Amino acid sequence: MFDIDRWQEIWFTITHNKSRSVLTAFGVFWGMFMLVVMVGAGVALKKGMSKNIEGFATNSMFVWSQQTSVPYKGFIKGRNWNMNNEDIPLLINKIPEIQYLAPVLFGGGTPNNVTRNDKSGSYGVKGNYPAYNQIDESKMIYGRYINDIDIAEKRKVCVIGERVYQVLFPKDENPIGKDIQVNGIYFQVVGVARHTSDINIGGNAEETVVLPFSTMQQAFNQGNIVHFMAITAKPGIKVKVIEDKVHAVLSEKHSISPDDKKAIGGFNMEDIFNIFLYLGIGIATLIWFVGLGTLFAGAIGVSNIMLVTVRERTKEIGIRRALGATPSNIITQILSESIILTLIAGVTGLMFGVGLLSLVGYFLEKNNSFFRDPQISFVVAIAALLILLIIGTLAGFMPANRAMNIKPIEAIREE
Amino acid sequence: MITLKNINKTYDMGQASLHVLKGIDLHIDKGEYVSIMGASGSGKSTLLNILGILDNYETGEYLLNNTLIRDLSEKQAAVYRNEMIGFVFQSFNLINFKNALENVALPLYYKNISRKKRNIIAMEYLDQMGLRDWAMHMPNEMSGGQKQRVAIARAIISKPQILLADEPTGALDSVTTVEMMKVLGDLNANGLTTIIVTHEKSVADETKTIIHIKDGLIGSVERK
Repeated sequence: MFDIDRWQEIWFTITHNKSRSVLTAFGVFWGMFMLVVMVGAGVALKKGMSKNIEGFATNSMFVWSQQTSVPYKGFIKGRNWNMNNEDIPLLINKIPEIQYLAPVLFGGGTPNNVTRNDKSGSYGVKGNYPAYNQIDESKMIYGRYINDIDIAEKRKVCVIGERVYQVLFPKDENPIGKDIQVNGIYFQVVGVARHTSDINIGGNAEETVVLPFSTMQQAFNQGNIVHFMAITAKPGIKVKVIEDKVHAVLSEKHSISPDDKKAIGGFNMEDIFNIFLYLGIGIATLIWFVGLGTLFAGAIGVSNIMLVTVRERTKEIGIRRALGATPSNIITQILSESIILTLIAGVTGLMFGVGLLSLVGYFLEKNNSFFRDPQISFVVAIAALLILLIIGTLAGFMPANRAMNIKPIEAIREE
Repeated sequence: MITLKNINKTYDMGQASLHVLKGIDLHIDKGEYVSIMGASGSGKSTLLNILGILDNYETGEYLLNNTLIRDLSEKQAAVYRNEMIGFVFQSFNLINFKNALENVALPLYYKNISRKKRNIIAMEYLDQMGLRDWAMHMPNEMSGGQKQRVAIARAIISKPQILLADEPTGALDSVTTVEMMKVLGDLNANGLTTIIVTHEKSVADETKTIIHIKDGLIGSVERK
């Protein structure tokens, strides 16, 4: 295999007609280059999408009340209704598949509703349960999130978003235990949260003040109203299962027609996540399909050129056969040439592709892009090399077969 | 050493067929120096190709060292050609991208002899042909006589039992022809069975047996 004569002959074949070899190799180079770049882009897109939902429970669903669209039990259509505190234990008791249920209240948004000394800003206000942080996770920069005691004792405490902290507090000042005013009411800061996902429910989480749910209901005269519920399914349970049950329980409790598809608003995060998942799979399939297609087109080019080379070398092959070359000697020679040409071109394409991905990754790192960290894994690189080896062999197979069938006597006669 | 019994060879030419050898019977002993003469199309080259296991025959028997040469696999044929038969062609048939040394060493490559060893052996054979200084030259840098001597060195490097030469002097001038026949004569004198196909009477006269072929049959055999 490593006999210098064989390598010398392979090198001669490749360099004998340089422009033809380069043009032939370009097909394989371009195929591999495109495959690597497209796979890298696909990975970057997937990472970007994953980053967007990082920290967000994908097995979650959300519900809120909307106007009814069907008359039911004496109620006319267009009725406004609200979820309330009683719904929380009702849902938990009737639907054992629920893992977490977090009611949410929304408020704020009025000009300069959040102040501290001479600093102020307009920020969203949310009343949350501790369970909400299990569904839409925040990373705590300072302190803690809302806890059960805050809820039970209706404490006047708050967790502020990172942007709120930056505006109200001097840089690096520890805000824990300090007071801020929300709509004129004092709340003690117990935590500063940085949002992990790019999904925002009820406004930008970085610009939101989170209060204990019970405190917000009382302090802002919301009665027992619940604006929104975030719910997760226990592991192994499809969100669709609890979604249907939640709709049924709420419909029955609030006299909503089971046929009313508009009265209960909501979305199923699992469905959305699955759309992204299938989109990712679809894109990856398309990428491999197109990439491999391009690569195979390149391989056909190599095969063609090897056929021409064999044709040109008919006499030489005949001489070799006369001097004692066995058919396997000839096949090995032609296949080696095909594989080496394919590997040189393919590995060059692989290196250029990886180089381009690194360059693009360097620039993307500086910009918070939807594409993140485009690169191919080691496994993909090894798979690509194996594919090259296979197509190199396939490309050489037909020419090698042609060469093997050359009759020495006919080849020697050829001029 | 070589025995041919009723050898027939036909070439298919589309709808027609050409019966080239029509029952050749021949015996050549070890160490003989034989020339085969005949007009163009008489079948002399076909006969040589069959002797060299480069071509098949339809009927008859070809015994080489008492072994029937028939229906050999390509691999078996390659091994016979490599180990028992040396070829010299009219147009030299050197590989043009290999230098003289590499051309001569090529048969040893197919015997899996290391590059270093085969180059040493090839240099000895080139030296024997008076071409040591031309070892690194490419075929296109050499004269016809030099190329043919390289081809002879290549033909005998495997120490074959038979040397088959198809019009070995056909592309050479008269002076070089004489030199070449001297080389072939010396090889035969050293015991190498040598069979030459030629249409030149002067070349055939250098050999000890002249076989005349006419219309696919052996016309006469002259032994000196």
